[in-house]
Parts: sequence; structure tokens; C-alpha cells
Amino acid sequence: MNTITALITAYKTGETTPTAVVSAYLDVIAAVDSGINAFLAVYKDEALAAAATATKRYATAAPDEVLPPLLGIPLAIKNNILIEGQLATAASKMLENYTATYDATIIQRLRDAGAIFIGAANLDEFAMGGSTENSAFRATHNPHDLDRVPGGSSGGSAAAVAADMVPAAIGTDTGGSVRQPASFCGLVGFKPTYGAVSRYGLMAMGSSLDQAGPLTNTTADAKLLHDIMSGLDPMDATTIAPDTYPTVETKDTYTFGVPRSFLTEDVDADVLAAFDAHVESLKAAGHTVVDIDLPMFEAGLAAYYIVMPAEVSSNLARYDGIRYGFSASGDDLLDVYKNTRAQGFGAEVKRRILLGTHVLSAGYYDAYYGKAEIVRRKMRAELDQTFKTVDIILTPTAPTPAFKLGEQSDPLAMYRQDIFTVPVNLTGVPAISFPLGTVDRDGKALPIGVQYIAPHAGDERLFDAGVKIYDSSLSPK
Amino acid sequence: MLICHHMNRDEILHLGELSRIALTDQEVSTLETELSAIVSYVSTVTDIAGDDADATPQVGARYNVLRPDVVTNEPDQYTQAMLQEMPKTRGRQLQVKRILKTN
Repeated sequence: MNTITALITAYKTGETTPTAVVSAYLDVIAAVDSGINAFLAVYKDEALAAAATATKRYATAAPDEVLPPLLGIPLAIKNNILIEGQLATAASKMLENYTATYDATIIQRLRDAGAIFIGAANLDEFAMGGSTENSAFRATHNPHDLDRVPGGSSGGSAAAVAADMVPAAIGTDTGGSVRQPASFCGLVGFKPTYGAVSRYGLMAMGSSLDQAGPLTNTTADAKLLHDIMSGLDPMDATTIAPDTYPTVETKDTYTFGVPRSFLTEDVDADVLAAFDAHVESLKAAGHTVVDIDLPMFEAGLAAYYIVMPAEVSSNLARYDGIRYGFSASGDDLLDVYKNTRAQGFGAEVKRRILLGTHVLSAGYYDAYYGKAEIVRRKMRAELDQTFKTVDIILTPTAPTPAFKLGEQSDPLAMYRQDIFTVPVNLTGVPAISFPLGTVDRDGKALPIGVQYIAPHAGDERLFDAGVKIYDSSLSPK
Repeated sequence: MLICHHMNRDEILHLGELSRIALTDQEVSTLETELSAIVSYVSTVTDIAGDDADATPQVGARYNVLRPDVVTNEPDQYTQAMLQEMPKTRGRQLQVKRILKTN
């Protein structure tokens, strides 16, 4: 396991160089990725050139020179994030040959900080799914058990880090797409407060829900990446200022709230046992753990599967074969649209567009979208009340460990995977998933995760808790 | 309470028209089952939202976002790159299908 912080130290002391490290990661990718499929593209030449520049910069730096914080650090980037001049496919046939014409803001910021983009990570098509099986090109496998999924939609990003093909990766999270793969692959995965990170240059899925976040081996690395990516961006009007929300303090010990009635029979028994053991370890470390009621939070999944498809159907209307991307032939303009979208989109994307069109259509809007927004507002009010008495809400990240490829064929059953993660996106609060050990399945040790949820703008509190509770439990490398 | 909302073939085809997606017969029959199950499930929001008279739907928090009214990119900065991505072009223009018929 490599961490960004350890690599930076090793670069500065001259113990190793970006060229040596990037070459070593490229070797791992060449050796193992054919069995995992974490990457859709590897930017070998660009990465080696950038590594050579970074190596030279370390060699010639003055002793007191302040170097960019990620100088020489290779990252995998989910392929729904634009890198100028590289294919940005969203793992869809619709954009199979689409080359990004500009850098996303987060890419620009990571580039300015010295990061090296080593490759494009696989995902569920347009980030829709929880297994990376919906990629139009190939399914990604979980490095802990190649018969199982890595989670999704940021499954390529998670698998790349878990298989040591890269020290960290960037994903996007609309309903759990960073946290759930982090849980399945044994990583730290962070979903920031809504508006903390610019979406300029990210392919929009659910615009009231989407955020980009890191997948890393430690909390410290997640914080490092988030601090570079976050902040106001004139190109994204939804980005928030430091004073948009009241300050959320960090503390020596925290009060954790557990929504006990939410932990039902749908949660795997081993996951529940590990979760309860974590609760006990928090108490032993001097934290307080109390039971809480979150009835609206528990009802969030139904609201999510109205709001998200509604926004998907609007956001994906732009892929019509006219201005960019795949274009099918047709007798008239309407046929061009219909044929392009029939041939360019996969089954799950079509399903969500049709569902979104239904819930937004005349006569149904009030019954579905209107009611879902009322539920959403009640969820926010319920959270505001809850955070008056607790600092952090605690749930499992996903109800089960990673499932097998092809095992979940019923869409509704797949959606239930998101039960603990979607309320976070619906309310816009930040959350982070930490590894919680492993459970045994078919002789393989499968990682599981625990989710910490903080109030709006409580990102720093989650990092603080993570460093104290999770990072401190890791053996020093 | 879970209410069964069966979506029939005509409704699915209508959604396909509205969504500008041509659907095969096979897709229509699969979607009949899948969308009916999903719509029945999401209908539970009606009960969850309740009969709160004050609860008018409102999407997110509202505030104004303004930027200075200035040009933010150079002329032709993205033109060639964007032309490259267009399915059909003529010179510096995007070529589209005729939508008005001539007699």
C-alpha cells in the first residue's frame, strides 16, 4: 500500500523519483490490469514525460523551495471527467470517440498541483450503476476476488487503487458512487458537501446531487486531494463560499449517532457484526455513541429514484447526435435523434431516461417529483435537528460486501444497494467511507466499510475523525 | 403502502417517443415489467411526503449567482477543437438535417 504522503516524502529525500514510481505503476498496470479492467486508457507516454519533468524539478529544487503539493503523484481519473485532448467516453458508445476540448476545473487544479494523470478509469455508463457492469466496453473486476464486482459507478477508480496500480484516484458520487466502491475495495472514499467541488468539466448526471471525490488508502491522502480540488469556481455557479454554511468545529472526541431502526434484516449479518464492533471500539476510544431516529432519512431511496432519473432525463437530452458524439443516420431529424439514442445508450441509461421522463410528464409531476422534493426538504430538516445533538452519523456504507458479477440482474434489487448512501446526496451533506476489515466469502477476504456523515460544510470534521480513528489504526509503512 | 402501477406497452412506447429513443419490441416488454416495479416502489413517496399543506415543493436552496458581464474566452479559442467533434460540418459550420419541407 502506497500513500501520497509517503511518496512525497520519498521524493523529497531522494529515496525514489517520480520517474521510478510512475514506471513501476505502469509495470503493475501492464502486469495485472488485463484481469481487472480498471482502465479504459493508459496515458503511458504523457505520464512518463510528466514524471521526467517532475523528477528534474525535485533534483534541481533549492533547499527551501516550496514545491507543488502533488508533484510527481500519479492518479487515475474516472472517464466522465474531462482531460483536454484525451478521450472522455463516460464508458458509453455515445462518446466512444469524443475527445475533451478542455480541462475540468478539478483536472486543472490537480495539474497545477503537479499531479500526473496515468489513465482513464472505467465506470458504469454515464456513472449509472453500482457495479461497473454497465460500462459499454468491459466490466471491471474486484482485485480482492476477480469473480466479484468492484462496486460502482467509480469501480475502475477503486479497483486501480486496490490493486496498487495507482496510489489514489478520482471518482464522482451522485448516490454513493465513490463510497460504495471504496467499501467494496477496502479504501477511503469521500463525498464532499454539495457545492464544495466544482463540476465544470464533469459530465452531469443528477445536477442537484453530483460531487467529485477522492478514493485513497488513507484519510490524510483524501484530505490532501480534496483541499486541492475544492473551492469556489466562477465556471460552476453551484460552488459554495467558505461562509455559506456555519462553521463545523473539530473536537477531541465526538458524539456519534446510530440510526438503529435503519439497520434491518436487509443488512448482511457479518456487516452488522463488524459495524457493532466498530461502535464498541469508538466507545472504548472515549467517543460517545447514541441511538437516533431518522425516519425520513430511511425513506430517502424512493425519493432518490425519482429525483435522480428526472435530472438524468434532462441532462442526457444533449446527446442527440447533432453537435458531438455518436450520430446514427435517419430519414428525418426525429429519426436521427431516436436512432442515435437507441444505438448510443445502454439498457440502464435508457431505463433511467424513460423513468425520468415519466415522473416529469404532465399529470405525474406533482405526484412524483413534487412529492420527492417535499421528502427531500423534510430530510434536510430532520438532519438539522439530529446534528444539534450528535456530531457524526454512523451507518454501514453498503448493506453487503461485493457481490458476484452477473448476480444482481433485477434493477430494483441493485438500487437497494444505495440505501445508506443516497440520503447523503439528497441532503447535500458530506460523508466518508472507511474500511472496516473484511468478511469471509468463498475463502476470499472481502472488504466492507463504515460511513461517517457530518453536517453541511463538515468535511474537515470527517477528515479529523478519520485521521484520529482510521489512519491511526494503520501500521506505519 | 405499495400501490401497483402497471405500465402498459402503449405507455412505454409513448415514453420512448417523448425521450427520443427508438425501442425494440424486446426492450418494450422488458421495460413493462421493470418500470412497473420501479414506479410502484417510488410511489411510496406520496405516503412519506404526507398531506402537509405548507409543503410546497422547492428545489434546493435559492440564491443569485452573478458574474461580471465580460467575454471570457479568446475568439476561435475552442472553434477547431469543437468542429473536430461535430458529426457533420461544412466549413466552420455544423451541418444538420433540413426540418422544413419544400413543395
